[in-house]
This record gives sequence, C-alpha cells and structure tokens, in this order.
Amino acid sequence: MKNALRISCSRGNLKVVRDFVADSLLNYHLSPLQLNQIVLAVDEIVANIIIHANGEDESQHLDLAIDVNEQAFGIEIFDNAANLYKPSSYHEPDLPEFIRQGKKGGVGMALVNRIMDRVEFTTQGTQNVCRLYKSLVQQPQQ
Amino acid sequence: MKITQHASADTLSLLLDGELDASSSVLLDGELTKPETLQYQKVLINCQKLNYISSAGLGVFISHLQQFQDAGVKLVFFNMQEKVHNVFEILGLDTLMTIVPSESEATAI
Repeated sequence: MKNALRISCSRGNLKVVRDFVADSLLNYHLSPLQLNQIVLAVDEIVANIIIHANGEDESQHLDLAIDVNEQAFGIEIFDNAANLYKPSSYHEPDLPEFIRQGKKGGVGMALVNRIMDRVEFTTQGTQNVCRLYKSLVQQPQQ
Repeated sequence: MKITQHASADTLSLLLDGELDASSSVLLDGELTKPETLQYQKVLINCQKLNYISSAGLGVFISHLQQFQDAGVKLVFFNMQEKVHNVFEILGLDTLMTIVPSESEATAI
C-alpha cells in the first residue's frame, strides 16, 4: 500500500503528518506503543526538515511517500532546501548534561535512531531525501 | 494543546490536554518560564489528557528542570499514559524525572 502527502513547511502541519502516518498503519494491528513510536519518528524528522533545513518557509513544501505492508513500514521524505538536513555531527545525547545546561533541543534524532531500523539521508538531483525504515515483524521472545 | 492551571499555596498544577509537539510546546514553555513558577514548592504535571509528546515537548521539561531544582521546586508528573511514558523511557528520562502513577502520590512527594 502506498500513500502520498504534500505539506507546506509549517510546524502547524506536524499534526497532519502524524495523522497521515497513523492512518497508513491502521490495518496492520500494531500495538499502541509501536504505532506511537513510528508516528513519533516521522514527526521528529519532518519537524527538523521544516524548522532547520527550510527555516519554516511556508512557500516551500515537503513530499511524503509511505510504503507499508505486513512486514515493514517505509517512508521517503523529499524537500528542496539548499542545505541537506543531515545530522552527520550526531552524538548520543548526555541527558544529565543537557539538564544541567538547560538545553531545549538535541534529543529528537536519538529518538529516531532508537525507534527506526534504518535512517538514511541522501540527495536525488536537486532534492533531498530522507528514508526511514522499520520492520513490523514481531521478534520472538528470548 | 490546552493547559489548565490550578494554584494553591505551595503547589502549581498544570493539566495538559492534547498533543505536545514542536508547534504546541511553545505554549507550555511560556507557562514554565513565568518567574512566579519558581515561587512554588511543587509543580505537578497532570498528564491524563496528554495524548502525545515529541522531543520538543520533552525539551521544554529538560530545559527547566535544573532551574527548578536550583530554586527548590519539585517537578512531578502523574497520570501519564503508557505511550507517553514510553517516550520518556526510550531516552532514559524516566529515571531522571519524577513520574508517579497517581495524583495522591504526586501530592505526597
């Protein structure tokens, strides 16, 4: 099953994105925790692309394409920002230090990396592409 | 996101209703930034109607926690839905913040 969505680069559209992702997973019988985690990971990436790569320029847009089946959830997020959003300087956050510093940001990518099985940032011509992948197959209990 | 406040002599209670994301977290940050917040002994966050939290929402609490501790203000979460608690757990924030099951336990702290 494939689904597509185009939104303008406004953080007000994050709810639209979350509903889009949740709707795409409705028929796959995920637990509420699994569903929330996938929605959260997409929300985090889209928020970063809207805010950091596109500076909340509402004349710009993002295209999202979901490919989901019983085995896996995948999403591609396309944007045209001059700067590819790629957290290459990513470090695992030191939360006690973040608390000491009163730091407001910096934990979103940790959530994404811990939830998703694969996270890729690439360019395709003039477009930036982020791909997220998550297996939906339950691992047997050890 | 709707935030309902209730203040008593030493406790400020905030009922969060809705979804706390990169858009709505600005509102919560404004509430916790008010200087009078530091005059209370406790700030209780009722999460019963909080349906969603992203890193932006977590960041609001992370950014205020040290200032609260320095001022002797206890920040306590209660009535947290499992899917919201799970987001705290993924980062290990559940061990760094005070989260209790019920209002009575929050009040007793």
